Amino acid sequence: MAAETALALAEALTAGTTTAAELVETALARAEAARPLGAFVHLRADAARAEAAASDARRAQGAARGSLDGIPVAIKDVMIHEGEPCTCASRILENFIAPYPGTAVARLQAAGAVVLGRTNMDEFAMGSSTEHSVYGPTRNPWDPSRTPGGSSGGSAAAVAAGVVPIAFGSDTGGSIRQPASLCGVVGMKPTYGRVSRYGLVAFASSLDQIGPFARTAADCALALEAVAGHDPADSTSLPEPAPRLRAALTGDVSGLVIGLPREFFDADGVEPAVLDRVREAVAELERGGAKTRAVSLPHARYAIATYYLIATAEASSNLARYDGVRFGRRAAADTLAAMYRRTRSEGFGPEVKRRILLGTYVLSAGYYDAYYRKAMKVRTLLRRDFEQALSGCDLLAGPTTPELAFRIGEKTGDPLRMYLSDIYTVSANLAGIPALSVPCGFSDGLPIGLQLLGRPLDEATLLRVADAYQRRSDWHLRAPDPATWAGPGR
Amino acid sequence: MGRIDRAEVERIAELACLELAPDEAERMAAELAAILGYVEQLAALDTDDIEPTDHALPLATPFRDDRAEPPLAPERALANAPERDGFAFVVPRVLDEDES
Repeated sequence: MAAETALALAEALTAGTTTAAELVETALARAEAARPLGAFVHLRADAARAEAAASDARRAQGAARGSLDGIPVAIKDVMIHEGEPCTCASRILENFIAPYPGTAVARLQAAGAVVLGRTNMDEFAMGSSTEHSVYGPTRNPWDPSRTPGGSSGGSAAAVAAGVVPIAFGSDTGGSIRQPASLCGVVGMKPTYGRVSRYGLVAFASSLDQIGPFARTAADCALALEAVAGHDPADSTSLPEPAPRLRAALTGDVSGLVIGLPREFFDADGVEPAVLDRVREAVAELERGGAKTRAVSLPHARYAIATYYLIATAEASSNLARYDGVRFGRRAAADTLAAMYRRTRSEGFGPEVKRRILLGTYVLSAGYYDAYYRKAMKVRTLLRRDFEQALSGCDLLAGPTTPELAFRIGEKTGDPLRMYLSDIYTVSANLAGIPALSVPCGFSDGLPIGLQLLGRPLDEATLLRVADAYQRRSDWHLRAPDPATWAGPGR
Repeated sequence: MGRIDRAEVERIAELACLELAPDEAERMAAELAAILGYVEQLAALDTDDIEPTDHALPLATPFRDDRAEPPLAPERALANAPERDGFAFVVPRVLDEDES
């Protein structure tokens, strides 16, 4: 049986049938049972207990702060939390303690949420499997021989395993939606700029966005409301006030027009079971009164190439700051130049080096126009494709990822093949639009996700449709079997 | 578009302040060649009259009131320093032996 939702726990707290202190003990016990999955890199047991006690004290005085007060949550090890470690699963940040508060975590704490711990990820959020981590891989709760996807695989696994009802991740090319799909939970990348990036360690600044994981769309709405909204500390955060999302969850989809991009259903290399479950989910929404229409995204096939040029170019620039001077790991060397080289060579793992090299190459003299500027122009074409497609419908639907959870080690030897895992997700980041993944079935015991993509700022419609679908389906009520988690060598 | 071999990877590594072992450079050259081969498909698109997109959504630069905010305290800014001297970051000497 699936663990309780945050909204159900909030009701129990209000009714006095449980306490935040009880919830944090349950979450810590479940984290212990789920330890073989490697979802967490840092648990804050004592701090979480203290925060839960403070929450109970507020509630006793009639000063509870809202539905998140006393609810345990997890955050990806890429979001800073004042006075706590933040390593991005990298050796180069092994001893880093955040010297100031990041906006997303500060807002969660202001809402009374209890931060249980920090979750595993691909180093600097670069990867699609949570295998490129200095802590070792995270395992998929549905089959521990498989990856949870990535890069926010620890957050997805923590929610799928029932440790916490809500976790946060970051999504630069699919790093929330792809693991949500492979772990059978809901994961949302909001509109670019909806959530402040202040305190989110930068990978590709024009694409990065923080977003929530939960078992239900309704919990995602609760989680996103808490962190969304303009932040003076991030000039790219949108000026619009935080949206009222829970009010949009009417359960009604009648009259909504869902666009089905031809390119998402005709693609080669997609598992037939994935397309079957996605088509069935769309048919269920049609039974609920939604209409469908075929649309086209003619440049979607160029999205992966465009993404890996832009993202690596931005990454090569962003990761120049790790030089051993002001923070992080420093390698011993006689001269400054040698110290830079040794610090970076010892501190970064192979996937991060690969992306820094690719990004440096495509920005270098003689190649800038052919690669980077070309990719920025194709980004314009992709953005126009979405504007066109969404002008005649309310949202788009398709698969989140072309495959089921793959085995640990299956793709690490072939970076290009790993990159193609993101084929359906990167476009939303390039176009800046919101998108989410909602569980829509299983094949061979492994979860499959339906991706919904919407107009800029229209997270409400996506959550409304995902919530309506969950009211008409029970995939999210299934839970993985903890007896499968413990095993030799884990 | 360019071809990438081990010598080119070593040149790029120098620009990026990375040192690669010879076998690592060889492997990276093969992997980067495969990735660059894949992205060649963009060359087929005519983009002569297309404006590049740097940010997906139009954003006006927001202004805030010109009022001083409290800065990060120096003690906090230096708290993660690998090596420090008072309120300064200490680094190894900047010039090589033969340059000094």
